[in-house]
Amino acid sequence: MKIVVCIKQVPDAKNVRIDPHTHTLVRQGVESIINPFDLFAVEAALRLKDRHGAHVTVMTMGPPQAEEALRDVLSRGVDDAVLLSDRAFAGADTWATATALAAAIRKLGDVSLVFCGKQAVDGDTAQVGPELATLLDIPYATFVKQVELEDEGHLRVVRKTDEGTEVWRLPLPALVTVLRDVGDPRLPSVKHKMRAKKATVPVWSAADVGLPEDRVGLKGSFTQVVRLFSPPKRADRWMLEGPVADQVEKLYQYLKEAKVPGL
Amino acid sequence: MKALIDLEKCTACGVCQDVCPVGAISVPETHAVVSDDCTLCGMCVDTCEFQAIRLPDVGAGVVSDAAAYRGVWAFAEWRRGTVHRVSYELLSAARRLADKKGVECAAVLLGENLSSAAEELLRYGADVVYVVDHPALKDFTDEAYSRCLVELVRDKKPEILLAGATSMGRSFIPRVAAMLQTGLTADCTDLDISEDGLLLQTRPAFGGNVMATIICPYGRPQMATVRPRVMRPEIQPRNGRIQRVALPEDVFRTRVQVLEVIPEEDTTARLSEAEVIISGGRGLQKAENFRMVEELARLFKGAVGASRSAVEEGWAPVSHQVGQTGQTVSPTLYMAIGISGAIQHIVGMQGSKIIVAVNKDPEAPIFDVATCGVVADLFEFVPAFIERVKRAG
Ligand SMILES: Cc1cc2nc3c(=O)[nH]c(=O)nc-3n(C[C@H](O)[C@H](O)[C@H](O)COP(=O)(O)OP(=O)(O)OC[C@H]3O[C@@H](n4cnc5c(N)ncnc54)[C@H](O)[C@@H]3O)c2cc1C
Ligand SMILES: Nc1ncnc2c1ncn2[C@@H]1O[C@H](COP(=O)(O)O)[C@@H](O)[C@H]1O
Repeated sequence: MKIVVCIKQVPDAKNVRIDPHTHTLVRQGVESIINPFDLFAVEAALRLKDRHGAHVTVMTMGPPQAEEALRDVLSRGVDDAVLLSDRAFAGADTWATATALAAAIRKLGDVSLVFCGKQAVDGDTAQVGPELATLLDIPYATFVKQVELEDEGHLRVVRKTDEGTEVWRLPLPALVTVLRDVGDPRLPSVKHKMRAKKATVPVWSAADVGLPEDRVGLKGSFTQVVRLFSPPKRADRWMLEGPVADQVEKLYQYLKEAKVPGL
Repeated sequence: MKALIDLEKCTACGVCQDVCPVGAISVPETHAVVSDDCTLCGMCVDTCEFQAIRLPDVGAGVVSDAAAYRGVWAFAEWRRGTVHRVSYELLSAARRLADKKGVECAAVLLGENLSSAAEELLRYGADVVYVVDHPALKDFTDEAYSRCLVELVRDKKPEILLAGATSMGRSFIPRVAAMLQTGLTADCTDLDISEDGLLLQTRPAFGGNVMATIICPYGRPQMATVRPRVMRPEIQPRNGRIQRVALPEDVFRTRVQVLEVIPEEDTTARLSEAEVIISGGRGLQKAENFRMVEELARLFKGAVGASRSAVEEGWAPVSHQVGQTGQTVSPTLYMAIGISGAIQHIVGMQGSKIIVAVNKDPEAPIFDVATCGVVADLFEFVPAFIERVKRAG
């Protein structure tokens, strides 16, 4: 069974701070991390591999330095990696991203299962997974907590909804987007680290996956950012001082005046 | 492609150089220069007070009959017998946008046995409610729901389509956008119409630290999901009409099988729906103390949240985790008890209307996002506060 995991490099939130006075974004440094949900996706794939045997390929579309993220995941036991990198991919919205990933997955051929994270923490859109599945014309399940291979051809998943949970059965090939609940990511091992260091990571351009330049990146996108700005400043914070009894009373009256439900 | 600098306007002030997250901008002498490292993220555009930076245009989705698309639609979310409140919120927003454009406003209702639900939608400003009532829509599946909505859109051609950023909307609306080959903006917190009639979609990015306004210049319909509780539902009854639509059987076909639907009976576990969330962190010290958080949550009829540390300690299940790797929540009241306010926690809750923080450390970063800060020992404050709430009045 061939499994593909899609991962994304995102800015490290540690370096993103809100200035307490201006409430604007302050960035220090340009380090990136692997989108945390994508590490859960990797873990979900590796657990299936442990149990049933599988070939796991990790894939990302990003700048050349995204190779780092791929090597990190290789050192956790993924079999191989593909980097989609091309100037033409820059500025992609979720549609153009899904278009590039779909073309690359088609090129790999014969893929039974695709894992994505629930969402990327920089954009928080949660769109790439469903759009990718639609482009590949395969069924999908979002917000998945548990994945089991029922038989050669079917997956059984438990997904979380606003109301509770649902159990679905999907025929393969399929795509799944995962939550933290699938299990904590394993750490890199010495054995796999050695292999990851030596591994060659192929770099595919738009042309390599058979896409003309106007189908990818900003040119292939539907949506355009026209403005970025700081969120409106919150009403000034109110600090409650004094003895605990006073704090309790002040908070209670404040919440009551604000008509907080349940009081 | 990269960000474009207007040499006439650029004053070489260097502000953009400092904000560029990938270090792609340098300001050698007379004006800023953008290198090939530019990822077109747009961070620099709005920080330039001289409006000297812009991004190149998007190119996808030019529909030849854009003018044929008219009207604003809201997707009404039907969940096992009731229309979810977010539907009325959306409909009120759709009404406002439709009035601004001088077009019709419609709601789309998909489900099974939809007796009186459509009439209720007319009271919230719909000129027309399209209803597809079919047994295959009893359980939600991405495939059947998408196909139905896509068929309706292809037939009636609305210019704008809104849906809730709920677990349902966030799951199937991207599929609808992909099938229709148009753009989608997730989790909008503000919607407006631009001077040239486009939908201005504003949403938080980078965990709410920045707001971005996004347009879909060529694709139709222009699609957006909106978070629950962001828009206000307004009753404005219309002499609207209800139109039942029959669709061919193959539209309802789906490859997934829904084996079980298990509603969460414990309301303290339903974070995304809760009006009040009481959240606890490592400051609680042990599992028994976490029960105080649960008790307070029950008193407010709210849900229980937790920091990652509290989850790791085993005081609360993973599904209660709020933050970057947990849930993003925006209740009316979020109360953080013994939580320091690490950025990974803050990005998951800073959209809440009222944030109360209880912490003994006055320097704790949680106070930076709090609307009301209580500097106190939680072991004194929380029990006393519980007593006060019980006493009411
Ligand atoms: C990739 C990544 C993803 C992450 N995702 C998340 C996430 O989704 N959600 C999340 O929450 N965290 C997340 N974290 C972890 C995050 O960085 C913090 O470690 C975590 O939020 C800290 O939890 P805490 O505030 O409960 O604990 P602490 O930071 O230990 O804070 C405890 C607080 O309690 C206060 N306190 C102690 N005793 C008392 C008392 N008697 N009375 C009053 N106050 C008291 C202390 O002053 C302190 O501020 C993530 C980290 C990483 C690296
Ligand atoms: N550039 C990318 N390369 C590979 N996978 C991606 C990329 N962007 C998003 N994804 C995948 O899609 C998921 C959802 O991303 P998003 O729609 O951006 O929130 C992520 O968790 C990844 O699994």
